[in-house]
Amino acid sequence: MSSSRWLAVFAAACVLVLGLAACGGGSSSSSSSSNESSESESEGGGAPSSEASGEIAGAGSTAQEAAQKAWIAEFENANGGATISYDGVGSGGGREKFISGGVAYAGSDTPLSESEGELGKAIKRCEPGQLVEVPDYISPIAIIYNLPGVEELKLEPETLAKIFNQEIENWNDPEIAKENEGVELPETRIVPVNRSDESGTTENFTDYLSKVAPSVWTHEVSGEWPVKGGEAASGTSGVVEAVAAGEGAIGYADASQAGELGKALIKVGSEWAEPSAEAAAKVLDLSKEDPELEGGQKNVIAFEIDRKTEASGVYPIILVSSLIGCTEYKSASEAALVKGFFEYAISPDGQALAEEQAGSAPLSEELTKKVEAAVGSIK
Amino acid sequence: MAHYDTTTNAGQLLAAASGGRRRRGDRIFSNAAVIAAVTILALLAGVAVFLVTEGYPALTASSSELPGHESFISYVAPLAFGTALAGVLAMVIAVPLAVAVALFITHIAPARIAMLLGFLVDLLAAIPSIIYGLWGIFVLGPAAVPAMKWLEEKLGFIPIFEGPASITGRTMLVVGLVLAVMILPIISAVAREVFSQTPRKLQEGAQALGATRWEMIRTTVLPFGRSSVISGAMLGLGRALGETMAVAIILSVSGGVSFNLISQANPSTIAANIALNFPESSGLAINLLIATGLVLFVITLATNFFARWIIARSEVK
Repeated sequence: MSSSRWLAVFAAACVLVLGLAACGGGSSSSSSSSNESSESESEGGGAPSSEASGEIAGAGSTAQEAAQKAWIAEFENANGGATISYDGVGSGGGREKFISGGVAYAGSDTPLSESEGELGKAIKRCEPGQLVEVPDYISPIAIIYNLPGVEELKLEPETLAKIFNQEIENWNDPEIAKENEGVELPETRIVPVNRSDESGTTENFTDYLSKVAPSVWTHEVSGEWPVKGGEAASGTSGVVEAVAAGEGAIGYADASQAGELGKALIKVGSEWAEPSAEAAAKVLDLSKEDPELEGGQKNVIAFEIDRKTEASGVYPIILVSSLIGCTEYKSASEAALVKGFFEYAISPDGQALAEEQAGSAPLSEELTKKVEAAVGSIK
Repeated sequence: MAHYDTTTNAGQLLAAASGGRRRRGDRIFSNAAVIAAVTILALLAGVAVFLVTEGYPALTASSSELPGHESFISYVAPLAFGTALAGVLAMVIAVPLAVAVALFITHIAPARIAMLLGFLVDLLAAIPSIIYGLWGIFVLGPAAVPAMKWLEEKLGFIPIFEGPASITGRTMLVVGLVLAVMILPIISAVAREVFSQTPRKLQEGAQALGATRWEMIRTTVLPFGRSSVISGAMLGLGRALGETMAVAIILSVSGGVSFNLISQANPSTIAANIALNFPESSGLAINLLIATGLVLFVITLATNFFARWIIARSEVK
């Protein structure tokens, strides 16, 4: 081809690119178009006759994905005309899609906060209605370890923080030994295992460490693991697999996924607490609502989790995941569907189903009342 | 040269003889080809535009605004290093192996075995990368633990085997091996194709002059196939640099820049880092990840240009 011909080709390519860029720029903030389309279908095609029918889409936390799947299956069974989809894109992705209007509701492992400007944007998205944010999924995070022959391992919060901060490097360290009298600890290198992907589990666990052992754990609380040099694995299953594969490994994972691995007992007050559903749910009863996270919204229930509690029978290393929605939607049928689904998810039946399917801790009676009131405000 | 001219003339004659119909066909074909070429250019440039516009906010943000409070350069440098290390490691393992496999298939193995082996190597390319990732953590990783312990004990004085050896096997060395297996079929397919096209005259000539089989391969087959092997290797390198799932699943990514191949603290790669962190990211963190994607794009482009340059230089001779 002659050079002038090439020039023409290049010019044509440039024009095409500019065209593509012009089209692409606008949609950059909302990352999904498939959900948007499914939502708009619900407005047009949903039959308004029955109370809970039509189609809505949710997205967010992978931690509550198993529970969401179970709720959706049961809810759709009970309400023939309803179709709900939940996309486990992760909490951050879910919040972003909710704010941009891509999905009707979101699931998030951390409450919307003003520090990232998300709370304000979410309130705006719900106008003229109001924002609804309620905890729906509480799950204990277990400290799992792999030490053949060690049936029971007790750890004080400080010791736990030092292990994960790589300050204690051997299992027969006197600091661990003095808490575990009578247990023969092997001389094995400690390999702390953390999540390599950003996760709500990490954020909740580092929040716990920074609250109970502030002198040891000086890192910022974040979904990204702050300490370099440990073993890192992707996803809860990755962490469990890595701990199971490596003798001397210790990690943190959703208690329901821990399987056969040993779960460490953590000192709370003067007791040694075990990760259990009841002990996890009790923490929220002892926690105070956080006015900053609630931003003056009366239908937002967000806790400052009381990690430092010394009460008996509680296990403070928990993950609390929330449902995020609005009190008003573009169509009444959409609002009714969201309301119906939220009501089912937080109901004792829904919570029992989540406990059975995902090993979560059911909301306490007291909390259920508060949450029901907030969800009841959806029109 | 004369031979080439006659065919062109014949073509022109044919075209002239059948009149406008033939010419229209030519025109449609030529335009279709041009459109295809332009589409490729446009796609590539479109991706570049997307990466630049979406990555721009992170590139211009001050380090205090970025998540993690570090500058873009210090964020991306260990990732770029990890990407390069994984790619180089995979190449060091895969290229000699792929060339050897290709030589065996084209020049050494009996025809039937060669066909079967070629088929099996091609089959490797059909395995999805997530399967390679799972194989890496469940089979290869644990199996490599004793070997890495041995390396640490016997060769620990070499920095790359410094240790302490990982107890789970999720190391850069294992990732390099898995990537090598993944890119092996690409490189060996290209090498096989070109080796089998080595002119018989040259090969027979070398043997007539008393060359052994190895000398014949060294003096005729390898030089003839060199530039194609390089471009095949670059195709493989491109896949290794961009490989996402296998690396994200296998690698224990918790270190900065480190040449240590057998420890639990490894630098992440750009692609794996995006896959691991995108789901939970929002706002500027997404721009930051896309900006790292731009860096990967530039790295891949640079390696390809470099490869073309090497090929062009070797062809002049």
